[in-house]
Amino acid sequence: MKAVITVVGKDTVGILAKVSTKCAEYNVNIAEVSQTILQGMFCMIMLGEVDSLQGSFGDFADALRDFGDSMNLKINVMHEDIFNSMHKI
Amino acid sequence: MIDTKDILETIRMIENENLDIRTVTMGISLLDCIDPDIDTACNKIYEKITRCAENLVPVCVEIERELGIPIINKRISVTPIAMILAACNEKNPVKFAYALEKAAQKVGVNFIGGYSALVGKGFAAGDRELIESIPEALSCTEHICSSVNIGSTKAGINLDAVALMGKVVKRAAELTADRNCIGAAKLVVFCNAPEDNPFMAGAFHGVGEADCVINVGVSGPGVVRAALHNSKDLDITGVSDLIKRTAFKITRMGQLVCHLASERLNVQAGIVDLSLAPTPAVGDSVAHILEEIGLESCGACGTTAALAMLNDAVKKGGVMASSRVGGLSGAFIPVTEDAGMIDAARSGALTIEKLEAMTAVCSVGLDMINIPGDTPDEVISAIIADEAAIGMINSKTTAVRVIPAIGKTVGDELSFGGLLGNGPVMKVNTYSPAKFIGRGGQIPAPIQSLKN
Repeated sequence: MKAVITVVGKDTVGILAKVSTKCAEYNVNIAEVSQTILQGMFCMIMLGEVDSLQGSFGDFADALRDFGDSMNLKINVMHEDIFNSMHKI
Repeated sequence: MIDTKDILETIRMIENENLDIRTVTMGISLLDCIDPDIDTACNKIYEKITRCAENLVPVCVEIERELGIPIINKRISVTPIAMILAACNEKNPVKFAYALEKAAQKVGVNFIGGYSALVGKGFAAGDRELIESIPEALSCTEHICSSVNIGSTKAGINLDAVALMGKVVKRAAELTADRNCIGAAKLVVFCNAPEDNPFMAGAFHGVGEADCVINVGVSGPGVVRAALHNSKDLDITGVSDLIKRTAFKITRMGQLVCHLASERLNVQAGIVDLSLAPTPAVGDSVAHILEEIGLESCGACGTTAALAMLNDAVKKGGVMASSRVGGLSGAFIPVTEDAGMIDAARSGALTIEKLEAMTAVCSVGLDMINIPGDTPDEVISAIIADEAAIGMINSKTTAVRVIPAIGKTVGDELSFGGLLGNGPVMKVNTYSPAKFIGRGGQIPAPIQSLKN
């Protein structure tokens, strides 16, 4: 079971490290990361394994969103099922 | 890994194009709550609804947070109350309205539908009492929605019920005149009413349904419009294909939510209603899709053809995305709930007559239309009869939800707020149909061959 974590915002030092640390707090293992910088905007998509997640998926999603808000980043956490069902037959 | 493009597309649809799950509706059968004593029946109803739907709202909120997709409404539909009333010695149906309202508030749903009667072929015990009580029930409750089925392709049209409903619609508006006539906005008159519709105000739980089911209604006019906007040079076949592909994606999400909700609530999965349900929010309009296809304004000549193609493409795309499709499924055209329709009605581009033509090819009927408050009862009945005739002859669901704007006339505005929106009072042809409506009786069921 995986969570898709998207992070968008102004590029600053240590975004990847901070988001990863937050994921580790919830026992989420980062399986894949794709990252680009577009005209100074930081865009990252992470796939996190949530099988041994500490707490509920909703709490994890809220925590990352709030964490993003505090750093002026837009962080979305969504279950992989939504992408698989929408884009795969 | 999941394709980055797909991830970004989904997020864009939700954040910028108003993609959402419009409703998760739990259908609950109340047939086992029937009792000759009305108070006992009310208690059983309250107990059953609060038991079955206890976790409906929390589970939907959990799914919202997990998938990151908003579920706008959590609703309940129940067995038409007229059937429960039929067995009661005391015929005071408003007691049921209070019981439903109390249950809706307890479980925290947005609406509860099923204050309904099915009288397509005549009135059974309890039907007339229930219909006559609708205005009072809607004025003294907040969450209840009501519907009456007055005809079908197989039975014809009950003209006595049509005549009665003209008065009931008017009275529902009058009793809530101090609240923008909201009573009439929660009352819909059907021909060929579907028994598994998750959308209000017409949702009720048909007698052929299982004891408790989860039905889901999807939305997404904004997504379709954006897809068309980004693909300007397609011919109309290409447009249809693009709408199909988009409808597929939207419906897949509804299917996923339906599956998750039924699994977590331990309730049978019902149907996914493949609908383009607009909201008054900018960018969430069916009228704007029609305009994106190439009309200067919704209501222009060509609107019916464009809407027919849209409605058909939505169904074709959605059917493959879901294992069980039902409800109304298609494009909705509620005037006050659709920013583009509101503008078209204000400018005069869209008239009730054009809307009536559009209902022959869309998924529902004359929906959320404000009419002058002094419109005679028999004119409202005749609007219902015309609309029902379109449904009866074409073997499709049609419905009428008009709001007589008490104390207002053409050009004035009526505002309901929220998803019900706002809009201008539209002109109605008031040449009298009184003699026709006053005849009563049954319009016979139509012939099913010689289709010309």
